[in-house]
Amino acid sequence: MAADWVRRIAVNHREWVFWIVAIALPLLFPGKLLLINEIAILALFALSLDLLLGYAGIISLGHAAFFGVGAYAAGLLAKHGLAEPLVGLLLSAAAAAVLGFLTSFLVLRGSDLTRLMVTMGIGLMLLELANRFDTITGGADGLQGVVMAPLLGLFAFDLAGRTACAYSMAILLVLFLLARRLVRSPFGLSLRAVKANRLRAVSVGVPADTRLVTIYTIAAAYAGAAGALLAQTTQFVSLDVLDFHRSADVLLVLVLGGSGYLYGGLIGAAIFKVMQDWLAAQTPQYWQFWIGLLLVVIVLAGRERVAVAIRRRWTALTRRFAGEPTP
Amino acid sequence: MLTILFDGLAYGMILFVLACGLAVTLGLMNFVNLAHGAFAMAGGYITVLLMSRASVPFLLCLPIAFAITALIGLLLERTLYVWLYSRPHLDHVLFTIGLVFMSIAAVDYTMGAQQQIIRLPVFLQGRLEVLGVSIGVYRLFVILVCGVLVVVLQSILVFTRFGSRLRAAVDDQRVARGLGIDVDAVFAITFAAGSGLAGLGGALGAEILGLDPTFPLKFMIYFLIVVTVGGTTSITGPFLAAILLGVADVAGKYYVPELGAFVIYALMVLVLLWRPHGLFTRRGAR
Amino acid sequence: MLRRSFVLGSVLAALMSGGAVAQDVVKIGLILPMTGPFASTGRQIEAAVKLYMAQHGTTAGGKKIELIVKDDTGVADVTRRLAQELVVNDKVTFLAGFGLTPTALATAPIATQAKVPQIVMAAGTSVITERSPFIVRTSFTLPQNTLPIADWAVRNGLKKVVTLVSDFGPGLDAEKTFTEVFTKGGGTVPEKLRVPLRNPDFAPFLQRAADAKPDALFVFVPSGAGSAVMKQFAERGLDKAGITLIGPGDVTDDDILNDMGDVALGTITSMHYSAAHNSPENKTYVAAFRKATNGMRPNFMSVGGWDGMHLIYQALAKTGGNTDGTALVNAMKGMQWMSPRGPISIDPETRDIVQNVYVRKVERVDGELYNVEFATFEAVRDPGKEKK
Repeated sequence: MAADWVRRIAVNHREWVFWIVAIALPLLFPGKLLLINEIAILALFALSLDLLLGYAGIISLGHAAFFGVGAYAAGLLAKHGLAEPLVGLLLSAAAAAVLGFLTSFLVLRGSDLTRLMVTMGIGLMLLELANRFDTITGGADGLQGVVMAPLLGLFAFDLAGRTACAYSMAILLVLFLLARRLVRSPFGLSLRAVKANRLRAVSVGVPADTRLVTIYTIAAAYAGAAGALLAQTTQFVSLDVLDFHRSADVLLVLVLGGSGYLYGGLIGAAIFKVMQDWLAAQTPQYWQFWIGLLLVVIVLAGRERVAVAIRRRWTALTRRFAGEPTP
Repeated sequence: MLTILFDGLAYGMILFVLACGLAVTLGLMNFVNLAHGAFAMAGGYITVLLMSRASVPFLLCLPIAFAITALIGLLLERTLYVWLYSRPHLDHVLFTIGLVFMSIAAVDYTMGAQQQIIRLPVFLQGRLEVLGVSIGVYRLFVILVCGVLVVVLQSILVFTRFGSRLRAAVDDQRVARGLGIDVDAVFAITFAAGSGLAGLGGALGAEILGLDPTFPLKFMIYFLIVVTVGGTTSITGPFLAAILLGVADVAGKYYVPELGAFVIYALMVLVLLWRPHGLFTRRGAR
Repeated sequence: MLRRSFVLGSVLAALMSGGAVAQDVVKIGLILPMTGPFASTGRQIEAAVKLYMAQHGTTAGGKKIELIVKDDTGVADVTRRLAQELVVNDKVTFLAGFGLTPTALATAPIATQAKVPQIVMAAGTSVITERSPFIVRTSFTLPQNTLPIADWAVRNGLKKVVTLVSDFGPGLDAEKTFTEVFTKGGGTVPEKLRVPLRNPDFAPFLQRAADAKPDALFVFVPSGAGSAVMKQFAERGLDKAGITLIGPGDVTDDDILNDMGDVALGTITSMHYSAAHNSPENKTYVAAFRKATNGMRPNFMSVGGWDGMHLIYQALAKTGGNTDGTALVNAMKGMQWMSPRGPISIDPETRDIVQNVYVRKVERVDGELYNVEFATFEAVRDPGKEKK
């Protein structure tokens, strides 16, 4: 009965369980709110990359460019008077979207490798610019003096990260639902057609270039929102937000969770962050080694297989919670 | 002015020696090996260790660095890389980034995080005045060694049987296989040689580029620029690209230090927009 | 029934005694760059801190001291999150470490908000201590270390000096102090070069410096990058052209000085600590440090860690184990003691360190290169703050 009722709603029961678990996490681990906040932000960032890689087939090693622009926009807005988080978030996402739109024309051409290099080049150029204009960005010292107003005028950002965590989770949920709607719309389907075979898509009348420009802009806005969340919840921005390793990390995260079904980035972000946190606590000096080893093993064992295993485990788990017999 | 040009030339030469193995890997097996810098780092550290622990003379260290890294390359290729050729690019990227992380942490653990210093023999130190241009003896040495290497590599490619097999395999692997060329063996040898060259480049370049555990990440971007701008269909392409990059980088930092590395990245993006398959790619290939 | 209540009782007792134990433990959150380009700073400080605890026991002011080491990877936002977690989850009484200026600045608001003393053991930008009333510094400030060498340059008749600094807080501090003092003394600074902090390539900058034909080159680069500068300095033939290398002592960091080779000989620097400092305290310190770390030579970062721990122990003893942040910071103000580097004290006004700064020259002593001190500026306050 209950399952029937759930099925009729747009979101299926497995997704319900996912989100209930996700929302329960901060309550279950009140000491890990800051980590959960970072997971939510990384998840949003990975979701943004998934829109590109999983649905449009565009590979990027410079996605931090948009993340960074969003972060700096949010930080600067707050520093110069506009401390309301939600307005700041919207404006920052818009700033990243503008950059995404402008640079989207550069990634339309070329092979995977060319795209990798062009996106990486753009990311690195922004990093250099941010370093150069240190009177605006604070350069290598980071942007100081970012103070956020309370969320909705009610909830101040506290030290334990309660507001931060709730805020990031809420934004992630809203943007996720939007993305979910988007990829299931005719637009999303035509995008998949372009990904599968661009020539064929064009010949049946899908304007491939316009589609790619649009999704690139949207993904940039998502990444910008993630960056803005980071800036707002930590009330600090440094050059690190534009750094190359951020682009690499998010790619790893997405691949870890599997791309093309939206949840991959979210699951990957949780696994990656928890693991990193745990390893760094075990061996503060050499945690990189184990992350590296894990990557090597995952690839050797077959990345697809790992992602599928994670997905299957997830399904089984959620089924059990939803009171359905496992097949 | 000429000193700058000269420095840029030396820098570019080293970049070429470091990156040419990557160009071949990418061109031949279509494998994105981001861990290429790790081999270079290995070469550098081998030299440092040999010189400080066993007091092997610097010049002798160079061939040893080449040989050992080539061996490591061959081992890894046969045991790990070989499984991944048919996988998508994304797998290559992830796998090799994993290797990079591991090598960084491993070197950090065994050797420490500080900059390593190679003490050059006296005859390679100091400067020369040639026609009013002041040049560093070591940079001259680097240019000579790398110049010889380029000539040797190019002649191996053009004049030997192995070279023609390699070129055939790069141009069309399937046809090459069909003609009875053992592409796997060609690739294993080339991979080993490429790794060895990276090791040699690391040993030569430690003095100019510096050497610490973050080396593979720091220079990965430069290698990739050399390879993508130069194209992967020939050895002259990456060579010219490396020289161009070296000169542009050094000159850019000299004349407009405010812009830093911005010049390089902007140039790369422009070149790729203009010629997506690289500046010096032969028409028709790929 | 009886048994159950017994179990319950013992659980309760355990819980209560657990609570009591927790109160007797003082936790120190030590946040340092243990990986990345500035890892050597982290290693030095961690070694010194552990050495201090090994020598002085793990009790101070009646409390058991517990150390939690975290790796900030040299990244400011990571540092900030770690600090926040240490404060919220681990309930640390002290935040300590901070290898780089950005990481210290990023943490300042947390120290203020949580009222937790933040002991800066390395970062050297002047402004750091002004960012929170809970920051106390046991390292040094760049203006403090730059002033003596600028003064030395004026007195020794240098007329034209080019400056070369890393482009971030401390570098700009050093550049500013040097230029001010040196031009006031009648010298000129024809070029001020700034090298990016990340991935620096010194060759083109040094070429520019050489082309300006100065009497001396003033260099500040963070600990660890010194050897690259030194190598390029010699390779460009700047030493042969009669240009002296001067600067605050970061460029001839004890950690790597001996590996630099003869090119470093004759470099004049000013700094608050040298492993060759001639005092009984320092001799004991260096010997113990080498023994504990398998032969590593302590550098100026390590004494920051050593004295930071001393400050924490003494403050706890003075408050009698009271862990209130304000009380601890008040206890630290004006404290003075004999460090391996010489007599030092905490300025009660600025919470910054007051110490002797020595002018040194790189020489060969017993077959190894050392910074040998030849002049002393006593009890130098941070000049960056005196101007205000």
